[in-house]
Amino acid sequence: MFRDLVAGKTGRSAPGRWPGRAGQILALIGSLTLLAACERPPVHYSQGGFRGTAMADVQNPRTFQAKVDANQVPEPSPPADPSGPRATEVYKNVQVLGDLSAGQFTRVMVAITSWVAPQQGCVYCHNPANFADDSLYTKKVARRMLQMTRRINSDWQPHVQKVGVTCYTCHRGNAVPAQIWFKDPGPRTAQGLAGNKFGQNMPSKVVGLSSLPFDPFTNYLDQHEEIRMASTTALPSGNHQSIKQTEWTYALMMHFSKSLGVNCTYCHNSRAFSNWAQSPPQRVTAWYGIRMVRDINNVYMNSLVDVFPAYRKGVTGDVAKTYCATCHQGVYKPLLGVSMAKDYPELQGPSPEAEAPAAAKPASVATN
Amino acid sequence: MEYQNIFTRTQVRSHPHDGVPMRGSHLFERIGPGFFNYWAGKIGNAQFGPIYLGPLGLASVVCFLIAFEIMGLNMWASVNWDPVQFVRQLPWLALDPPSPAYGLHIPPLNEGGWWLIAGFFLTVSILLWWVRTYRRAVALGMGLHVSGAFAAAIWLYLVLGFFRPLAMGSWGEAVPFGFFPHLDWTAAFSLRYGNLFYNPFHMLSIVFLYGSALLFAMHGATILAVGRYGGEREIEQITDRGTASERAALFWRWTMGFNATMESVHRWAWWFAILCPITGGIGILLTGTAVDNWYLWAVKHHVAPSYPTPWPTVVDPATLPGAPQ
Repeated sequence: MFRDLVAGKTGRSAPGRWPGRAGQILALIGSLTLLAACERPPVHYSQGGFRGTAMADVQNPRTFQAKVDANQVPEPSPPADPSGPRATEVYKNVQVLGDLSAGQFTRVMVAITSWVAPQQGCVYCHNPANFADDSLYTKKVARRMLQMTRRINSDWQPHVQKVGVTCYTCHRGNAVPAQIWFKDPGPRTAQGLAGNKFGQNMPSKVVGLSSLPFDPFTNYLDQHEEIRMASTTALPSGNHQSIKQTEWTYALMMHFSKSLGVNCTYCHNSRAFSNWAQSPPQRVTAWYGIRMVRDINNVYMNSLVDVFPAYRKGVTGDVAKTYCATCHQGVYKPLLGVSMAKDYPELQGPSPEAEAPAAAKPASVATN
Repeated sequence: MEYQNIFTRTQVRSHPHDGVPMRGSHLFERIGPGFFNYWAGKIGNAQFGPIYLGPLGLASVVCFLIAFEIMGLNMWASVNWDPVQFVRQLPWLALDPPSPAYGLHIPPLNEGGWWLIAGFFLTVSILLWWVRTYRRAVALGMGLHVSGAFAAAIWLYLVLGFFRPLAMGSWGEAVPFGFFPHLDWTAAFSLRYGNLFYNPFHMLSIVFLYGSALLFAMHGATILAVGRYGGEREIEQITDRGTASERAALFWRWTMGFNATMESVHRWAWWFAILCPITGGIGILLTGTAVDNWYLWAVKHHVAPSYPTPWPTVVDPATLPGAPQ
């Protein structure tokens, strides 16, 4: 059979031989289908840790090029003169950006329009008859988002560092950022005595098509459930975290990996996932990221629950919330680490959030 | 290809072989006259049946079907009785054990109660089948090696689903029934307990698992290779060592200096096979009960080496003063 195949003979196989030419072709096609979900080699492998510890970053240069193309930063507009009359003196009902000059204020408004509502224009948020009017829900949301942006840039530098964020970091020209989440009660099950999914057991893209829990975000990024589950002592010493809870943590980590486009080893040493002494410094940045996202969701997004119309809410009536993918969108640094915020000092101002709970404030001293 | 002896090339056909007569009077008789199947003959004996199920076998089959139905119907209910989604999502579906909050109490049916019932019937089914392997071996005047090997597998099964959950005081520690979900459980088990690869009994289990595959390959290859000298008639080669046995022995003695014999290679295989689940079961039973983090255990006992990190060392930010929650 093999000799025939190698010699390229086209005749039928000898009678009684199995599987025969048709069988061989079917087997070949069958084997190729197994590769359907695979990416074509070669991939780029960069070692990041001691040899033999598998601390490496694996990137496919072809799929990564698509990410580079999708993460280009728009040209900044020319800077505005910070002197002159304040925005509050020129315009009515300016609650957040009142410390800016009128020129800076206008510059930010034009920039927001191009970042968030390029098609709809000013009237997406403003009543064209009276720009100071707060009747449109989008204007109230935008005001809250400006407070959030300043809060991130001033108080969450342990995560965003000096790169900072602008509206574009999440919005990318969309009125609603493309990557957001709502509480997911899951698909309908039989409403009887059987069929409990326990929040998992279905092919969900959130967890990379594994059968892990499909909504790890409500517990960890809206509420403050304990993410850590491994013990810090060799022998049992009162850690009651269960294997089931570990699956929820695992699900959250799948989101980290997918939304940053990295392997586990970007933040963890896989020989001891929980061990900080062997973890790359990126894990500290990610740790602050979790706290930042909780702050955003609890203090800013959830505060808009009565502002958003019903069609902007999830099936349980909750508002859209953020997670890693909202900013990162598939790359380890949003917009590949290019700082847009440095060109927009208007978004840097002091955090106006006196009402934020003190416990949510990040540590004043970052470790990195 | 003709002489490589990879697929069974001959099939003997006569009336189906009935086996030895049954002793005494039996309520249960052997079922069926037996029949032949050509494709089965390609990989084994072409004859199917007659089969002796007996009271133990029948009870075992009934218990298995009950467990199978409970699992399958729960999975089907979890996709709202949609037959298409049941087939499409089957690898993802599961019947999960109760949440840890229930401890060892009996939960409501839809909160893990079905898992307990399914687990009970599956366990009864397996244990009855084990008794069957024991009694059939006795009836045929055989040794008890098959039931011993099966018992080793049952040990691991009981550790995972019964002994360890009992020791931990929670049914929620047990494995879910489901294809992908039980694999997720396995990964989460290792993550929770600080990397199972540092568990020495897990190491032993891997040795015997890979060793079994290696021995199986070596033995299978050796016997097929001397098949042209009648090497597959191993029993005759044991009692009257012929050229097949001599050549097989010489081959290994020349290539690696040592050879098992026609009979001892089966002891190698049997011990490796049963030690895989025995050591594995010990390793699982110790996890969470005696050791809570195998990596730290391995550091403590100088098993895990220390490697330099080429990045600046970081500390757990949660331990810093004023850390956010």
